[in-house]
Amino acid sequence: MKKTIETDLLVVGGGAAGLCAAAEAAGAGAKVTVIESDLHAGGQLVKQTHKFFGSKDEYAGTRGYKIAGILLDEIAGLGDKVEIRTNTTVTGYYPEDGIYTAMRGEDEYYRIKAKKAVIATGAQERLIPFPNNDLPGVYGAGAVQTLMNVYGVVPGKKVVMVGAGNIGLIVSYQLKQAGVEVAAVVEAMPKIGGYWVHAAKIRRLGIPILLRHTIIEATGEKTIDGAVIQELDDKFQLIGEPRRIDCDVICMAVGLTPTTELFWQAGAKMQYCPQLCGHVPFRDKTMRTSNPDIWVAGDASGIEEASAAMVEGRIAGYSAAKSLGLKVREGSFDEYWTRLDHLRAGEVGEKIRGGICQVLVDGWEA
Amino acid sequence: MELIQKHPILEFHHGKEVTFSFDGKELKGYEGEPIAMALHANGVHIYRITPEMKRPRGFFCAIGKCSSCFMVVDGVPNVRTCVTPLAAGMKVETQHGKGLVPLEAK
Repeated sequence: MKKTIETDLLVVGGGAAGLCAAAEAAGAGAKVTVIESDLHAGGQLVKQTHKFFGSKDEYAGTRGYKIAGILLDEIAGLGDKVEIRTNTTVTGYYPEDGIYTAMRGEDEYYRIKAKKAVIATGAQERLIPFPNNDLPGVYGAGAVQTLMNVYGVVPGKKVVMVGAGNIGLIVSYQLKQAGVEVAAVVEAMPKIGGYWVHAAKIRRLGIPILLRHTIIEATGEKTIDGAVIQELDDKFQLIGEPRRIDCDVICMAVGLTPTTELFWQAGAKMQYCPQLCGHVPFRDKTMRTSNPDIWVAGDASGIEEASAAMVEGRIAGYSAAKSLGLKVREGSFDEYWTRLDHLRAGEVGEKIRGGICQVLVDGWEA
Repeated sequence: MELIQKHPILEFHHGKEVTFSFDGKELKGYEGEPIAMALHANGVHIYRITPEMKRPRGFFCAIGKCSSCFMVVDGVPNVRTCVTPLAAGMKVETQHGKGLVPLEAK
């Protein structure tokens, strides 16, 4: 290999968490390099047309794609402290010499030497098993969002949505905004997983939300032409008669799982945690993993939502800057944790709190 | 192209329109946007045929993580078309099986 770039802080992933980590660390004076595999920064924020909740600190009332713009403006305001390299994927980490390898496009490779790193690689879509789930037309919810909300491409004529969590509900609404028919939202659980405000919008549009129903098969020769669904009983056993719905897209919103390959390569201590939707690294309150040079933030630390990812990014960026010996604003750390606790309060945060207490450590031995 | 014409919230700013080829056919798309998006807008949904079961595949995750949208681009197989920007004159082909890696220098 010919080329090595050097930086104070490497941020892997230019989404909600990574951009906040970069802004925070660069604000303290760190030289930051953000590596983003997509063609533009902003992660999943750029695909969200709905207004966020929470408080002013979490950009409540602002649409997701505009939040991405606000974060990029903040970074631009820091001058040349932050370099964002898009269309670039971190392909490996070599703990013996602390080198990261990166690939731009398909044929330019180089190395990155970073003093510290925040890994904010986000998540990937889950898929459930059913015949023909590999045929074109079975798309992840994020992919459908990319098509229609980022590139303005019509995803299909008629969609069956699988999953009534927040993503399934929000994307169903976004499909209607894009002028696409949604035949039904199918959900195996006996209750809606997402927020009622999102579910109410779907119901008002007349889209049926079929609880205790699952997809048992996709039909079609080369691409999808229908979805066969069936009702489930209390023990998730199929009952009643299967029913076929004509559609050309089956949108899978059945959850996400953290993207964690780099933590495994870094030898970070990991734990399988169902509430956080997969294997995640242990972390202390500064978001530092068991590898003293690596912090985690956002969905890579456990599936949550963008507001929490942004605060985690701030905490990780702050802590990484502090460990670089930079002067950070005292008080920020406690402030961020107050915000995080607030976001995770109440019934909706119960699952997350239950997951985090399994992987949060008091501190790492020096 | 099947593009969203009217949206209550978003405005789409497409770049320069360019011509590329898909399996020998001439198609139009926007420079710098992912190849997979341009194909989908042209009604092309099958991007590769799997090596053993010969199953058609399209895209799935659209963020470069799942490998479903691998195609042969300018003779190079296994290109993640969901995150590879389209350029004028690109030669995009359905990938059959694993594809052949060009061993001679480009």
